[in-house]
Amino acid sequence: MATIAHEMSSPYPGGAPDQLMTKSLEGKRASSDYKNASFRGWRRENGRVGVRNHVVILPLDDLSNSACEAVANNVKGTMAIPHAYGRLQFGEDLDLFFRTLIGIGSNPNVAAVVVIGIEDGWTGRVVDGIAKTGKPVVGFGIEGHGDIATIAKASYQAKRFVQWASELRREECPIADLWVSTKCGESDTTTGLSSCPTVGNMYDKLIPHGIYGVFGETSEITGAEHLCRERAATPEIAEKWYKMWKAYQDDVIEAHKTNDLSDSQPTKGNIAGGLTTIEEKALGNLEKIGRKCRYIDALEPAETPAKGPGLYYMDSSSAAAECVTLMAAGGYVVHTFPTGQGNVIGNPIVPVIKISGNPKTLRTMGEHIDVDVTGVLRREMTLDQAGDALIDMIVRTCNGRLTAAESLGHREFSMTKLYRSA
Amino acid sequence: MSSQQATTTGAKSNIPQVLAHSPKDNVAVVVVEGLKAGTKAFGVVTEDNSTFTVDVKDDIPIGHKVALIDLSDKDTVVKYGQDVGRMVAAAGKGHHVHTQNMKTKRW
Repeated sequence: MATIAHEMSSPYPGGAPDQLMTKSLEGKRASSDYKNASFRGWRRENGRVGVRNHVVILPLDDLSNSACEAVANNVKGTMAIPHAYGRLQFGEDLDLFFRTLIGIGSNPNVAAVVVIGIEDGWTGRVVDGIAKTGKPVVGFGIEGHGDIATIAKASYQAKRFVQWASELRREECPIADLWVSTKCGESDTTTGLSSCPTVGNMYDKLIPHGIYGVFGETSEITGAEHLCRERAATPEIAEKWYKMWKAYQDDVIEAHKTNDLSDSQPTKGNIAGGLTTIEEKALGNLEKIGRKCRYIDALEPAETPAKGPGLYYMDSSSAAAECVTLMAAGGYVVHTFPTGQGNVIGNPIVPVIKISGNPKTLRTMGEHIDVDVTGVLRREMTLDQAGDALIDMIVRTCNGRLTAAESLGHREFSMTKLYRSA
Repeated sequence: MSSQQATTTGAKSNIPQVLAHSPKDNVAVVVVEGLKAGTKAFGVVTEDNSTFTVDVKDDIPIGHKVALIDLSDKDTVVKYGQDVGRMVAAAGKGHHVHTQNMKTKRW
């Protein structure tokens, strides 16, 4: 007991991150040799590598949440991912819906999937989409059977899947097999000074060694669009990105705004943290892509990157759960999340690593933070050291360390909806 | 831990109370809790590690901005060396710059 108490001792009443305190780190740190760094993950049927081994019970639609939750309750070690949509969507919004659900099921952090929907047609479309990865997936329609019989059939299948998945073993994988996403939340002025450039430093170090990265938050580039445009790898990609950003300004903001958006962007939390304008917020946001890397494509929401390793942009909401959900659907397996005021978000299938440099946040709610970069503000920690601390925490998380959000049960899953259903 | 910090970083006054991103900035960010009016705050510009001081004239919460020069109504506020908005009321050097005297130029 004494040993455990010592390991858990924290200078912060809120319960601090342990990146500087854990004595049980195995082997050499990943940050000592980026090129030869490795992690232990599950290599899936399609070659992609996951860092979690979830068996997901995935509802096609809102009506099937209840059956999915019942199955997950029957079969321990499985997880239902309830959501609000899936009925009477059409057009581009329906495409995004399917891309998101199929993407979540296809994510390499998921070992196997049971899909339950109200009817067989769209249920089958999700099953077929996920099956392209080669992973085990089966679907059940409720109509004609009712909840109880469906739950029984799906539970037998879920039990087979979870016992099969529990015997899959992690293997040593090169760092180049890693797909790392980023999006910040409850930002303040400290994120632009510390936690966002920490992520940027990580990308500058790991992108050249073959990882996939992604950033997004279309509305939160406003004020830094001239800088973001310059960071595209080619003029064609810059133009594709700019059209995406401009379309959001014209088709969404101009079409729907009732005021200057000052009540929404920056958020009340941003303002409490000292951010005054969207321009100021955007410049901090863009610190996440570092100094050197250039993005090689501008992806649609939830689109899987197809141009090889490198940094990507994804057209996405700046709302934390929506953005992380879209990036998870795109295939990213670990998320880096800078926060200033203390956003508590997690995701059902992707570990979300929180980084903060705000000493007040560490003091009052440190249990939500995985990487403490307050030293950057005190000028006691360089951004280079902060980036290394993040790289080490990414590898430890991939190897199985639960993030703050995972240990606190955060599983926010929010699909992006483009317009009203039919 | 605190005694160790004192030996590695020298005097406690080396820890900045305000940080600016760029030498072009006309505002800086308060990075300590409880900064009171009347403090001569020690600052660092992160881009080039140059140092400065500013006489703080308001109590300013952590994360909030302090004017590094006298700012007038309609002046452009510069942070990260970039345009981040405009003043809608004056704020003298050392005063708090936030939603009460600054606004976006967008939307």
